[in-house]
Amino acid sequence: MSAVRKSLFSRLDSLTILLYLILVIVGLLAVFSVEHRSTDVTIFLMNKSYMKQAIWLGISLFIGLLIILTDSKFFSSTAFLLYTIGLFVLFLTIFIGVDVKGSKSWLGVGSVRFQPGEVCKIVTALALARFLSLPETNFNTLKDRLIGVAIALVPALLIILEKETGLALVYLCFFLAMYREGLPNSILIVGFSLIALVLVTLMVPRIMLFMILTGIAILIGILIRNTLKRNVFAWILLIGIWGATVLFSQVAVPFVFKHVLEKHQIDRIYLTIGQDVPDEYSKVPEKGGNEKKVNASDYNVKQSKIAIGSGGLAGKGFLNGTSTKNEFVPEQNTDFIFCAIGEQFGFVGSGILIILYISLMLRIIFLAERQRSTFSRVYAYCVASILFFHFAVNISMTIGLAPVIGITLPFLSYGGSSLLSFSVMIFILLRLDADRQVLIR
Amino acid sequence: MSTAANPRQFVIKFIFIGVAAVILIRLLFLQLFEDKYKVMANDIAIYRKVVYPPRGVIYDRKGKPMVYNQVVYDLVVTPNNVPKNFDTAEFCDVLGIDKDTYIKTFSRVRIRNGGMRQSTFMEELSPEQTARYQENMYSFIGYDLVRRYIRTYPNASAGIVLGYLGEVSPDMLKKERYSSYQEGDYTGMNGLERSYEEVLRGQRGIYYMERDNFNRPRDPYRNGALDTEAVAGRSLQLYLDADLEAYAEKLMQNKIGSVVAIDPKTGGILAMVSSPSYDPNLLRGRDRGKNYAMLYKEATAPLLNRAMQATYQPGSTIKPMTGLVALDVGAITPSYGFPCLGGYNLCGRRIACEHHDPGHAANFRLALAHSCNSYFCHVFRLTVDDKKFGGVKKGLEVWHDYFYNFGYGHPTGVDIPFEGKGLLPDSNFYNERYDGVWNSCTIVYVGMGQGELALTPLQMANGMCIIANKGYYYTPHFVRAIDKNSNDSVLRPYLKKHKVASISDSTFSVIQQAMQDVVESGTAEGAKIDGINMCAKTGTVENKAIIDGKLVKMPNHSMFVAFAPRENPRIAVAVAVENAGFGARWAAPIASLMIEKYLRDSISIARKPLEQRILDGHLINKYVYIIDSERRMKDKEAYEMRVEQKKFTDSTTRARDSVMMMRWLHENVKSMNNKIVAGKRK
Repeated sequence: MSAVRKSLFSRLDSLTILLYLILVIVGLLAVFSVEHRSTDVTIFLMNKSYMKQAIWLGISLFIGLLIILTDSKFFSSTAFLLYTIGLFVLFLTIFIGVDVKGSKSWLGVGSVRFQPGEVCKIVTALALARFLSLPETNFNTLKDRLIGVAIALVPALLIILEKETGLALVYLCFFLAMYREGLPNSILIVGFSLIALVLVTLMVPRIMLFMILTGIAILIGILIRNTLKRNVFAWILLIGIWGATVLFSQVAVPFVFKHVLEKHQIDRIYLTIGQDVPDEYSKVPEKGGNEKKVNASDYNVKQSKIAIGSGGLAGKGFLNGTSTKNEFVPEQNTDFIFCAIGEQFGFVGSGILIILYISLMLRIIFLAERQRSTFSRVYAYCVASILFFHFAVNISMTIGLAPVIGITLPFLSYGGSSLLSFSVMIFILLRLDADRQVLIR
Repeated sequence: MSTAANPRQFVIKFIFIGVAAVILIRLLFLQLFEDKYKVMANDIAIYRKVVYPPRGVIYDRKGKPMVYNQVVYDLVVTPNNVPKNFDTAEFCDVLGIDKDTYIKTFSRVRIRNGGMRQSTFMEELSPEQTARYQENMYSFIGYDLVRRYIRTYPNASAGIVLGYLGEVSPDMLKKERYSSYQEGDYTGMNGLERSYEEVLRGQRGIYYMERDNFNRPRDPYRNGALDTEAVAGRSLQLYLDADLEAYAEKLMQNKIGSVVAIDPKTGGILAMVSSPSYDPNLLRGRDRGKNYAMLYKEATAPLLNRAMQATYQPGSTIKPMTGLVALDVGAITPSYGFPCLGGYNLCGRRIACEHHDPGHAANFRLALAHSCNSYFCHVFRLTVDDKKFGGVKKGLEVWHDYFYNFGYGHPTGVDIPFEGKGLLPDSNFYNERYDGVWNSCTIVYVGMGQGELALTPLQMANGMCIIANKGYYYTPHFVRAIDKNSNDSVLRPYLKKHKVASISDSTFSVIQQAMQDVVESGTAEGAKIDGINMCAKTGTVENKAIIDGKLVKMPNHSMFVAFAPRENPRIAVAVAVENAGFGARWAAPIASLMIEKYLRDSISIARKPLEQRILDGHLINKYVYIIDSERRMKDKEAYEMRVEQKKFTDSTTRARDSVMMMRWLHENVKSMNNKIVAGKRK
């Protein structure tokens, strides 16, 4: 504990700021590189996204400054209020949202559009942090754990109702933060097992999967037969797990695929695992228009892989990306901005970018762990988790490791909502970290 | 809170780093280990723009253009740029098309190339269409006129010489010569356009452009580092005299045959006509395919270059050469005479001669002037049977070598493609034909240009050059200079002098004198041009054809070879008119008129009636059509036979298969039934 209180600005974590600035500038250059044409008279063209992005960056930095100048207790004290407002806006958006490519997750005033779901991540993080830091909260009780999960998932449900499933999935990342705060270890095991089970369910015929699962259960039963003889609960547990997995794979997954997911989502999932959609899940495209969308997502991933793959070791050089510059990759300044890096700077550039991201996330965890107050720590973990989820899923989908869901690459993707919300997230974290010696409740 | 580090932070850090590692490994494979993406990126993103330079112009000897490039306009459209309120009615009116055509073409273009890309709506607008369109251009948004060049033949003659352009076929693309071409490129398909393709074509400009997702070219790829500039094609200056060529075509109208005129001093071809001729303008532009099919079906085969692809027995026109060889080997002297009384009987069967009066073959001059068959048959026999060669077989080889050197029996090497080689028999040829049992009587007809000897008119004209030049010739060729440079390396082969044999000048003088006599007092008196010493030889060639399955004797081919003036030869001519009769009646006047035209630039009034008679001559007899239709019938029959044969073999194969199948089924079903029955019994 240092006795001397340094000035506010010198208490800000300079490494985080540096990483943040590098990433936003790389993002600006990346958007510039896909938008710039050699025929342009000047680079200052207001109709180009990179200029808009620059303005958004200015706004973000300005708001960041305001956040730095705000009292750190403000965030914890208003967390629930902001969360309530956030939920309300999300709810409202379901009804008054602007239809953008089939999802109604945008609010629009004139030409300015804004996605409440992006900003809601911040208030959810704040609310979760606030809840977990309440003195009366005991996160070892089931009740409080359920409340924590509810805080994280209610906005996600609302966003699903807005038909923006990709963004809703982001809210799953709060489980990481909650895990740090005491969710049982089994949550990870169950989580990963579920993911594995879903994949296996999709790839292996159902009857065969049933036999495999039963076989594994019997095998385990034989291995732990001594325990089973002594312990009735082991029996119940084994049969329970076996029943759950069979139910999950035989009933739940087919149900979700048949009745919940939409055609393009099913197609994208099967595209990622590299298989054809089985007949039972293939849905008749409504009005014939959907057929095109499927091809579009296939096309996206293919072009994106071509762009990244053609970058080679050192890339084609700045402004020399033939695929990105000539608009072969759709959405290349937003969701697929990583292509611009991959093509122009190759493996070296992509590698450095990934290291930058990981450094930022590890730094945030480092910051989190040095917080005195639980609120700041939970919030920092939330930020790290959100960044991680966006980073991992976005890059994975550009290289064909994950299905295409429309979530942005933090700091790089073009888009005011995205840049602003991530900036605000970082600046709140910086502000809280500046007061890490203070106990914030 | 906690002073000890919470272990769960490490789990989370581990997850972060683990996922990043997976992504990095995937990137490693994608970017470093798999090359296909690089290739695919180039394929999709680089557009190879080919700029075609104007093709070289071909000029005649006086600088008159024979082929040049004419500007035509194509109408192109970018479908998506056409506004919704486009005035289709006016547009159709301007182009003179109906609305259905418009809609059909428009949707076809759109489907083929997409809405964003410019594609051709209409090829080669007519001048009226172009003019009307240009007046109203401003109102047709989305459409544009694009300039293009097509070949034009202002004289509408010399089609077989100049050739034509056509699209490179898939078969041609496989050959090395066309490796730099791509589908859709045009190339010379025949004539000079083909043989001088590399010269005329110039160098195509290739510009690499980056293209976008709608296939529109954008920036130069790598700032144009890989580009090559277009270089215009070079022009050809020919020896060909456009006026003479046109005149010869006119003289040959309504006749089947050919004319070749060569400048003996250079080997430059002054005129080459194959009749019937066609307007080369038919074989260009959008109607090329249709017209080609039409010309191809024509019974008179206008696409055949008879001047160098058809071979004829030379008939009496070979007699100067027979004499030349005989004199040179010393088989006879110029004073040698033969007592011909209208026939040659020394070889058993009688060979008829046109002349009966004794003394018409009293010496070489007289014999040649009167074209005595007996004399030259005998002289030929004397040559090949000459004692110093030791036998007819060796003697014929000597004779063969002479003739081979005269340019017979092999292509002369003229600079247009698909030249015929004719037929020049040697001892092996006769050994095979007669099982080695033959003598000079067997082959006696060769001496008078009948029998197994066959020449192209080009070879005949080249033979005249040898006599005119007294012993040498240059390979006949059309091109005098490339871009006015006559020393271009492409032309080097044609600058080489071919010396045929060391035959003395005096021997040639004897031949020339005798050939002058042909015109002065011999068979071709009617071809005499006052004031010009012409040397010539007529020929009347017997020929047969199979009509209705019978070998029928056809009207004789009329042949004539000549050169003039004797003192300073400037033109050597060979004329062949098929089934026209005596050489003196048709071929001789044609050659003579051409020589006069070339040397004097006009036809004297005294010879106008002769010219008129030739122009009026209509010598395509009905046999041509019968023979042609029979030939086509035969081709068709052969084709149908092949189809029928194939059908038959196919059906037998099928039948055999089905029989085998039946047999197999029969046997197996039987045994199966047996088993079932056996099973039941049990």
